[in-house]
Amino acid sequence: MDFKPQIVAFLCNWCSYTGADLAGTSRMEYKPNIRSIRLMCSGRVEPTFVLDAFLKGADGVLLCGCHPGDCHYQEGNYRCLRRYLLLQKFIKQMGIEAERLKLEWISASEGKQFAELVNSFTQTIAELGPSKVKNAMTLSI
Amino acid sequence: MEESKPKLKLAIYWAASCGGCCVSVLDVHEKLFDVISAADIVFWPIAMDTKYADVEKMPDNHIDLTLFNGAIRNSENEHMARLLRQKSKILVAYGSCAHLGGIPGLANFSTKEDIFRRVYEESESVINPWKVRPQTESEMSEGAVDLPSFYDDVRSLSQVVEVDYKIPGCPPQSERLLEVFTAIVSGAELPPKGSVIGADTKAQCEECIRKKTENKKIRKFYRPWEIQDDGVSCFMEQGVLCMGPATRAGCGYRCIKGNAPCRGCYGPPPNIIDPGTKMMSAIASIIDEKEPDEISKVIEDIPDPAGLFYRFSLPVSLIRRKLS
Repeated sequence: MDFKPQIVAFLCNWCSYTGADLAGTSRMEYKPNIRSIRLMCSGRVEPTFVLDAFLKGADGVLLCGCHPGDCHYQEGNYRCLRRYLLLQKFIKQMGIEAERLKLEWISASEGKQFAELVNSFTQTIAELGPSKVKNAMTLSI
Repeated sequence: MEESKPKLKLAIYWAASCGGCCVSVLDVHEKLFDVISAADIVFWPIAMDTKYADVEKMPDNHIDLTLFNGAIRNSENEHMARLLRQKSKILVAYGSCAHLGGIPGLANFSTKEDIFRRVYEESESVINPWKVRPQTESEMSEGAVDLPSFYDDVRSLSQVVEVDYKIPGCPPQSERLLEVFTAIVSGAELPPKGSVIGADTKAQCEECIRKKTENKKIRKFYRPWEIQDDGVSCFMEQGVLCMGPATRAGCGYRCIKGNAPCRGCYGPPPNIIDPGTKMMSAIASIIDEKEPDEISKVIEDIPDPAGLFYRFSLPVSLIRRKLS
């Protein structure tokens, strides 16, 4: 209803951000709920960034990198994949819904796929409702 | 006898703790006589018959140094934390529980309700058909009696009161305590408030005595009992998870020397925000697989990542408790 999901997206410079840019220059419409953060590589995404995003109130976190085999730095996206799988297992243990964290490969030519991804992920988060992480972690002394 | 300056007043208190920290103070052995010659111990429940009321009667800032061990788990712990803060010039969070929440902090994976149900109703050794649970106040024929109230969350000392210094360790190494104590007695210049003292600023791995190579490629992780440790090479390189990459040095590698991987009791070094996220990065770097299914299979060897990464530090970590 009134819930507007806030989604933080970490996009790699070489593929995914360029793909997102293509969606924009091609004037594709997609949901305005994401806040894009450009990194040089998806391998730069430290698990701290993801948890910090949830702590600061993100309802969902999206990680995007080059397709396997296409990483500008050869291995960065595999690192991201392994961190993502570890994070998934960890957040489930902490009672955070696994669906709130998503990893997808978006190439520089996949503007359309990026727009669809944002729409579907926004829909998923909207159905899940607001994240409880921020409030639950606040300590009152 | 030379004219000496007045003796320091020393207090040692335990909150939610196992008692090991208090014992670590005794582990200075005969040096305890040096401690006693430089300081009067005014309050130490494990060793002396002093009462809370004795502390309450002291003027503010009466105690020069309080070593506070244990986490804050109930209202009694919190009351004593606030009282000792008020009465002490220097309040030190002593040991992993006061510093990080420690082992009692693992209770943040549960709620008060979970814990009470398990302990007072479901435990195999309990018969409690009336589901009796501790009450904070009860009327007895002798009058009203009370018990501390149990909190939903475990907190570290600095999450409740201002802390001057933190000495990490489960328990802190006694030699490091002596160094700190000597520094305070001698009137040496003390580090800035809030510092971790009695430990290094580097990570364990930087000076670890085990042999490391650049070739870290792991396709299976082992629990320590599942593998014949060669006694020489890095635990991680053998596929045994070790908290070294995310843990502050200064313990003297006690576990490593005993051929056990680091468990992380000294907490993260200053440049690491959160030990678990650091470990996730470290582990992701050494897994030698590229297919999601294969990676997941390797990760299955880590049955309880949260419990492993935050064994001593859950309450002060980014995600400091399980969502209920």
